[in-house]
Parts: sequence; C-alpha cells; structure tokens
Amino acid sequence: MKLKKILPQVITLLVVILIFSFFSLNAQINMATRGIDFGYGFLTQESSFDVQFSLIEYSGSDSYARAYLVGLLNTLLVSILGIIFCTILGVIVGIARLSPNYLIRTTAAWYVEFFRNIPLLLQIFFWYYAALRALPLPQEAEPMLGTFYLTIKGFYTPSLVWINLDIFIYSTIAAIVGIVFVRLYAKKLRENQGKHIPVLNISITILFILPLLTFFIGGVNVTYELPILKQLAKTSFIFEGGLSIPPELLSLVIALSLYTATFIAECVRAGIEGISKGQREAAASIGLNRKQILNLIIMPQALRIIIPPATNQYLNLTKNSSLAAAIAYPDLVLVFAGTALMQTGKAIEIVSITMLTYLTLSLLISLLMNWYNARIAIVEK
Amino acid sequence: MFKNIKKILSLLAVASLVFVYSCDQMAGKKNQKKGASKTVDATKKSGFVKCGVSQGLPGFSNADASGNWTGVDVDICRAVAAAVLGDADKVKYTPLSAKERFTALTSGEIDVLSRNTTWTLSRDADIGLTFVGVNFYDGQGFMVRKNSGINSVDDFQNGISACTNIGTTTELNMRDFFNSRNISYEPVAFEKADEVVAAYDAGRCDTYTTDKSGLAAQRTKMSNPDEHMVLPETISKEPLGPVVRQGDSVWEDIVRWSLNVMIEAEEYGVDSQNADMMKSSDNPAIKRLVGAEGELGAAFGLDNEWSLRIIKQVGNYGESYKRNIADTGILPDRGPNELWTKGGILYVPPAR
Repeated sequence: MKLKKILPQVITLLVVILIFSFFSLNAQINMATRGIDFGYGFLTQESSFDVQFSLIEYSGSDSYARAYLVGLLNTLLVSILGIIFCTILGVIVGIARLSPNYLIRTTAAWYVEFFRNIPLLLQIFFWYYAALRALPLPQEAEPMLGTFYLTIKGFYTPSLVWINLDIFIYSTIAAIVGIVFVRLYAKKLRENQGKHIPVLNISITILFILPLLTFFIGGVNVTYELPILKQLAKTSFIFEGGLSIPPELLSLVIALSLYTATFIAECVRAGIEGISKGQREAAASIGLNRKQILNLIIMPQALRIIIPPATNQYLNLTKNSSLAAAIAYPDLVLVFAGTALMQTGKAIEIVSITMLTYLTLSLLISLLMNWYNARIAIVEK
Repeated sequence: MFKNIKKILSLLAVASLVFVYSCDQMAGKKNQKKGASKTVDATKKSGFVKCGVSQGLPGFSNADASGNWTGVDVDICRAVAAAVLGDADKVKYTPLSAKERFTALTSGEIDVLSRNTTWTLSRDADIGLTFVGVNFYDGQGFMVRKNSGINSVDDFQNGISACTNIGTTTELNMRDFFNSRNISYEPVAFEKADEVVAAYDAGRCDTYTTDKSGLAAQRTKMSNPDEHMVLPETISKEPLGPVVRQGDSVWEDIVRWSLNVMIEAEEYGVDSQNADMMKSSDNPAIKRLVGAEGELGAAFGLDNEWSLRIIKQVGNYGESYKRNIADTGILPDRGPNELWTKGGILYVPPAR
C-alpha cells in the first residue's frame, strides 16, 4: 500500500524533471546553433549607462549587478509607497461605502466602480501625460505653503539637514520599545483586573516626548534646505537643493494607489459586512460603546476576512509596478530587463533573474501577510 | 493494484522514449544546418521575407494609415524580397522596439533586421548577429526648444534633463558626452520613441537626444515642429544598417549585395526607369549590374535577373533616399550619405 502512495508522486516528479530538461536542452541547442553564449559573467562588467533616479550611489562606471540593485530598490520603493497609500485610502473608502450618509456612500461607490474598471496602464498614462502637461514649468510654478513646488520636472520639497541624527534615531527606537512595554502592561491589567488605561494616548505621548527631549539635552538639531530656482538657459530652469521627487515616481504611485485602493476597499467592505448583525447587537447589549464595538468585536473578526484577499492585491500592486517602464520610471524592468538586457543581449539570463526576483518578492509578501494573518486569527481555546 | 503500476510504468517508458527521440532529433537538426541556406529555403517556402522594422520612424520605416510601409530601411526589405522571391511586395513586416529587435532576430521571428540599427563591435561580435553594411551614416545629436537660448552643446549646464530611448547606443553616448564635459544630467529613458516625443513635447526634458536623422523625423511629429531645432554638433558615429543572424552566410551575402546593388546602380546612373534599356549598355559593369552579362546571381543560388528586379521594383539608393527622406522634408541634404564620387562617403565594393 505504501508503494501505491509514493509511486504517483515519484512519477509526477520524474515527468516534471523530464519536461524541464527537455526545455533547457532545447534552449541550449538552439542557442548553440545561433551562436549565443550563456553565462552570468556580464554582471560584474561595467554597465556604462546612467539611471535617472536611484536610492543608492550609482553611476555608469558601476557594474550591471549594481544596476540590478538600483532597479530592485526602485521597484521596492514604489511598491511599498503604493501599498501604504492604497491601504489607507482603501480602508477609508471601504468604511465610507458602509456609511449611513448617502452622499459619502455613493461617492465611495462611484470611485470604486470608476477606477476599478479602467485598465491600469491607461491610468498611468493619464497621470503621467495628461496630468503632467497640466503642471507648470519650474519658473512658472507657484510655491505651495511657501516652500513646496509642483512642476513638470518634479515635486520639490525642502530637505532636512540633521545634526546628531543617530541620537534622535536611538531615542525613537527607545520610545517604540517603551510603547511595547506599556501595551503589554495594559493587556495584563485588562485581563487580570479588568481595568482600561488609555493606551493610545500614552503611546503617542511617549513617541513624541522622548525624541523631542533629545533636541534639548541630546544636542540634536535640525535645519532645512529650501529648493532654489536655477536658470540653465534662457527659458530652461530647474530647482536645486532640497528634495526632488521625479514626476515619474509621483504619477506611478498615484495611479497604482488609486487603482489598488478600489480592490482593498471592496475587501474591507466584505470583511465588515461578513460579521453578522447579531455580534454588534450583542456587544451593544453588554454596554460597549460604538468605538469599542468596532475595535474589540468587529475589526478583529473582519480582519480575518480582509487579510487574505488584501494580500493578493498587494501582490498585484507589486507586479503591476513593472508597468513603470512605460513612463520612464527606472524600476527593475526598465533598468535591468530593459537597458541592461539591450546592452548585453543576455536575454535568457536577465529575464530569468527578473522573473525570479518578482517571484521572491511575491513570496516574501505572502509570507509576511500569512504570518500576520496567523497572528490575528482567532485561536480556539 | 499491480495493473495500475504496470500502466504507470509503461506510460513512463513511453515518455522517456519520446524524450530521447526528440533530443536525438534536435541533435540531428544541429548537424543539418551546416549545408545550404536554410533561410533562403524557408523564405521561398513561406513566400515572403520576414523583416523587422521600427515602430514608426518617418523616412526610415513608417506605416501609413492603410498599413503600407515606406522608408529607406523598408526598401532594403523590399530589395531582398525582389531578389529572392521576384516581388518586392512579398515582405512581412514586424514592428519592433529597440529592446525587442535583436531577440526577434536571433530567435528566428524575423530574418532581416532593417531598423535604423547602429553597427558596433559588441553587437556584431557578441550576440549572434552579423551586420551586412551601412545604408545610412548618422550621428547622435540634440534637439532643443528654439526659445530656450541654447544654441550649441556648449550652452548645456549642470542639471539638464535629457529624454531618450532605452536600449540604444544613444544612452551610452549621452553618458560619455556629459561625463567628458563634467556636466551632471538627468537621463529620462522611455521604452518607445512616441513616449519620448510626448514627454519632451510636454516640457519634461530640456533636450531630446537620439540619432540626428531620428530627431529630424520625430520633429515632424511634435505639436509645433517650428518651435524646436536640432543643435549643429554631432557627438557620435552612428552607421545604421541591416542585420542578419550569424551562421547563414548565403543569406548574409544576399542581404549585403541587395544593398550594395542599390548603391552601385546609382553610381552607374541605373534607375528604375532606365534599367531595362541598360541591358544593351556599352559598359560591361552596367551590363553585369542588370544581369545582361556574367553569372552574378548563381553565387547565391539566385537567377541572373535578381539585381535587375531590385533596381526596377525598388529603385537605386538615390531614388530611395529622395522618395523617403529628401522629398518628405526630413533631411533634404544628403550630407555624408552622398556617393563617394560626389563628395559623400557611400562607397561599396564592385558587383562583379
């Protein structure tokens, strides 16, 4: 009987190996007949092309491997920003869809239906080309709040210049550790004595007070640098100094967040509606107020329904970020599977690396979300 | 239970047999390829030349509203079709981005790449390609707005933003150029030429850089072409020409000489109108060119009228240039793309 169980698995494995070796042999023979070399040696060669926007130090004299890293970090940046914004917006819209207020409810519904049903690439093009054209040139831009400039060449903000930044960071870490302890203590107090202390208020106070103290006694200081208009030629200007965010990143994050938020909103709505009315009524009957009902009864249960489909949306967002290539945002696809592929001609190597990278990213996000889901799942006692 | 195992085992045996057989087949194929031209046979069998062109570059390869392709690059495809198949219209065009072009050629999706492609050492030697000649001598330049006050590349300053295409020699030349002048710049690289034009036109970049012929052609697509100008400097050599896959020398020769014949025909004053009359010319070089003397076609396994068909159906190089580039107002002046006898650098080996 044991054999009967194992044999099908062994055979499946063999078939999979056969198929894979067939394809790789096929590729090898075809590449050999066409005179294409295979190898990853190019990764250490000098890339000799520049990239518009990079989170790490990079120039064309660095290697292709470094160019890969630049692309990967840019993909991560846009994915993380997109996930943060789409979650915030999605939760708000999801709750708004259940609002008793007709206007809010209908607006949210229209938003979801509109942005969900237009192809993402079109939305990206819209935010880049249509919205971009509407923005002023740097020399014509009016400052917002005196210091922010939104222009066709990018979004310019003052940048912060820190003195003794490390002390500030340590104090923030200390504040976070302190908050964890307060929460643990509060939980204990609640479970043992049934007492509630205002955890949120205390947490916020700690988070602000402790880092603030370092300014007075830790020698931490912060100044800022304003973007300043610089003339390049008679009618051509840019801003120098400060922090500049390229319009490519801006429009990509806006498009991805607005699009994915519609799906998150639907997940949130489904999650909240999935909790039966009786739960709310039962909670009210034992004297919990509205806020407590949402925080203690509805949300913990709703999250179980929300997290798995929301994970899928996060994965989608990460993969969709590869559309960046259409609007010149230097992500992994544009820098590595685009320029680097072209300059080296190593199509199979580069595409396989890129595919593996996206696979790894997706699996990591899944892992993280599954871990979170397992943590918040209701444990049967 | 044993019955099942038997079934499964026999299935496995069949699968491995198929695997071994197909491996054998592939190995066999590898040996066969060293004979005559596989590409010519395949082309004759399918009845059309598979040609890779650009996604729309006026003057070089551009499709009109009804899908007819024209341009000097397209004329190379047509010449090959005229030579091999006897009809210049028997071409299947595949529009390719800069990124896709070489993969399409090495994978066999197309057989000739005639898509304003710069001949460089690394491309020729590295990736299984062979460049067969130059049909346009070009160089990289910069386009700016006329009112920008930039009149030469010497006016470029730190912080300038430059729009361009990814995956081209342009990206590399641009870096060399700005680095050698110690100018910091912001490269904004798009995948498609139309996207570059749209972004530059919108004001995203101070300058747009690519081959000068490309700049001249794309300028016609701007919302207001008169507001833009191409700077006089040329920062690189860009010899553009058709490319074939490595390993089929007969096919390579056919494409090379289809191009050479067009240039040589102009040199000897043979054009699409007078080609038939030239058969009775006194000049043996002209007679050879139109197939009235010698056996030039036999060397590639073609008939003797192959070159006559090219000249009659496509025209000589000068006609092609005039029709596609000069008369369309892209680059009326032929510059280096003039015959060597008239002060240019077009010089091809003799067809004899």
